[in-house]
Amino acid sequence: MARALPYLLLLPASLFLLAFFFYPFGLVVVESLTRGGEWTTENFSRMTGHWKFSQAFWNTVWLAAIVVPVQLIMALTMASVVQKLKTGRSGLLYIFAIPLGISDLAAGLIWLAIFEQSGFLNSILHAMGVIDRPQLFLGYQSLWVIFLAVCLAEIWRATAIMMVIIVAGMGLIPKEYNEAAEVFGASRWQRFTKVTLPLLRPSLQTALILRILMAFEVFAVVVALGGTTLPVLMGETFQWQFQLQDRGVAAAYAMVILGLSVAFSLVVLRLLHVPKGARI
Amino acid sequence: MAEIVIKGVAKSFGAFTALHSVDLTIADQEFMVLLGASGCGKTTLLRIIAGLETPTHGEVWIGDRRVDHLPPRERGIAMVFQNYAVFPHLTVFENIAFGLRMAKLPQAEVTRRVTRTAELMHIEQLLKRYSGELSGGQRQRVAVARALAMEPDVILMDEPLSNLDALLRLEMRAELKGVLAESKTTTIYVTHDQVEAMSLADRISVMNGGYIVQADRPTQVYRNPAARFVGSFIGNPPMNFLPAKRSENGRWQVAGQDFEGPETAAAEFAIRPEDMHPAEAGLEAEVRVVEPLGPHTLITAQVAGQPFRAVLESDRAITPGEVITLAPIPDRIRWFDPETQKAIA
Ligand SMILES: Nc1ncnc2c1ncn2[C@@H]1O[C@H](COP(=O)(O)OP(=O)(O)O)[C@@H](O)[C@H]1O
Ligand SMILES: [Mg+2]
Repeated sequence: MARALPYLLLLPASLFLLAFFFYPFGLVVVESLTRGGEWTTENFSRMTGHWKFSQAFWNTVWLAAIVVPVQLIMALTMASVVQKLKTGRSGLLYIFAIPLGISDLAAGLIWLAIFEQSGFLNSILHAMGVIDRPQLFLGYQSLWVIFLAVCLAEIWRATAIMMVIIVAGMGLIPKEYNEAAEVFGASRWQRFTKVTLPLLRPSLQTALILRILMAFEVFAVVVALGGTTLPVLMGETFQWQFQLQDRGVAAAYAMVILGLSVAFSLVVLRLLHVPKGARI
Repeated sequence: MAEIVIKGVAKSFGAFTALHSVDLTIADQEFMVLLGASGCGKTTLLRIIAGLETPTHGEVWIGDRRVDHLPPRERGIAMVFQNYAVFPHLTVFENIAFGLRMAKLPQAEVTRRVTRTAELMHIEQLLKRYSGELSGGQRQRVAVARALAMEPDVILMDEPLSNLDALLRLEMRAELKGVLAESKTTTIYVTHDQVEAMSLADRISVMNGGYIVQADRPTQVYRNPAARFVGSFIGNPPMNFLPAKRSENGRWQVAGQDFEGPETAAAEFAIRPEDMHPAEAGLEAEVRVVEPLGPHTLITAQVAGQPFRAVLESDRAITPGEVITLAPIPDRIRWFDPETQKAIA
């Protein structure tokens, strides 16, 4: 009985997961592989055949490839600074964490208010005399500006979640390791790369996987800033599901997102693997 | 040459003063033990010497160089931490090699030194393991090997044996003494264990409340405590103290007995428990507890209403309640100034 208790306690949550996650998940898998009741790969060929697919795919991948590393570096820097603070540490953490409380759509709208034709950026540039009339930053002629704006909004929105995880992870590293490294001749930078980073691998895994998953699901921010001018995978899923009413192709898109997420998570787990016996 | 000179070093944490002005000179190749109760400032002093803490006042010199403004790595020191601080993400080999790699020594030299120190510490078969796969004693050995591999002028050790079980501690203590004597480094060793201090030290610095009370050879510290605190801290059981009343110049009444003593206005009488023997005349002790310890018997008694301990030969049976007379060995009697608590010469 005593041995079964933990499993019994976990049973409701497990059932809930099975019912509301794996069942619909199974349905999506089936959906992506059937059309009119027949098993087929036509959904996938329709998806890849569409001219927007490769754009959406590469936009999503490039966004992740730029945003995630930038965020990682920023989060590590900020966490190192926060870690050293003696006073005001929790206050700063709260400030950094504010964007976490804002939904991605709201975040997108905030950045739209900055970049749009009557937005803050135009007002400021105009007031400073840099431009003499409002500019259209987010037009389809300048895709790269939209791309940049999305990157900025994403970085602003989701760096804090990585930082919070990393700060927690840094707190778990006993101070003595850093001091030992210092005594044995490591410079500040060497202490960071040779001691802190390796000991931080478990937290980095969590932070990176979480963030990469979020990056492949980027949607609302892109829609807010660029409508459908900058296609991304999640946006296309939405389009096919609701605009084009083709659930099969939408399911195929979902499978692509899933595949990317799983693949990159495995890469992160592999790269940041901590051998048994080498944990703190 | 690595003589260490500490001049007027003080350290405050906010309003709390952990170290009052400390002066100490440690000779080249000397084994100096900092001994004191928990919280007396031993670690703080060691960390100031290491450069992990900045002194509020004072200077630290290591071998003709003033180092208190230098980072730890420029001080020519190596350190063994209380919790070992063996890096969990590196193998034993890489742990020992850590400082050598930072110093950018050629690979052949790194391998040579790691192999040599690993052999010295008897861990050559563990070089490929991670610290999570080691016992406490083995981790301790890795930490010492890592320090020795640096071939430093000075090795600092903060209670390196305190996390080991009693038997292992005894074994490591003897081994450390041998290895460090061989290495010819200057060693500063922090401990709260007086037996450890006695057995290892060339000299012991007894610390109390942020002061160094006495720095001298172990036998001196034991036989001639410079202050009442030293007598009461060192020795197990510690020194006995009895109030003394001046009868005439240089003569004192202690528990109704007449003793020759210092020519001062006030004094306190002190004697170590083992420096007495039963005799016809002497201090009258009312025995409360008798603890046979094999070769000796530990007596806890009352003398003139004061608690009093004696360690006697176990050839004579003593029973609780009995009154025995104990004669102190005259040249083992010590006197302390009740005002300053210092020894009267
Ligand atoms: N970083 C610190 N901040 C505040 N107080 C400290 C700090 N480090 C040590 N202390 C205080 O200084 C005193 C001496 O500490 P320490 O040198 O560690 O003692 P020991 O090693 O002799 O046990 C203690 O009372 C301790 O609480
Ligand atoms: Mg200490």
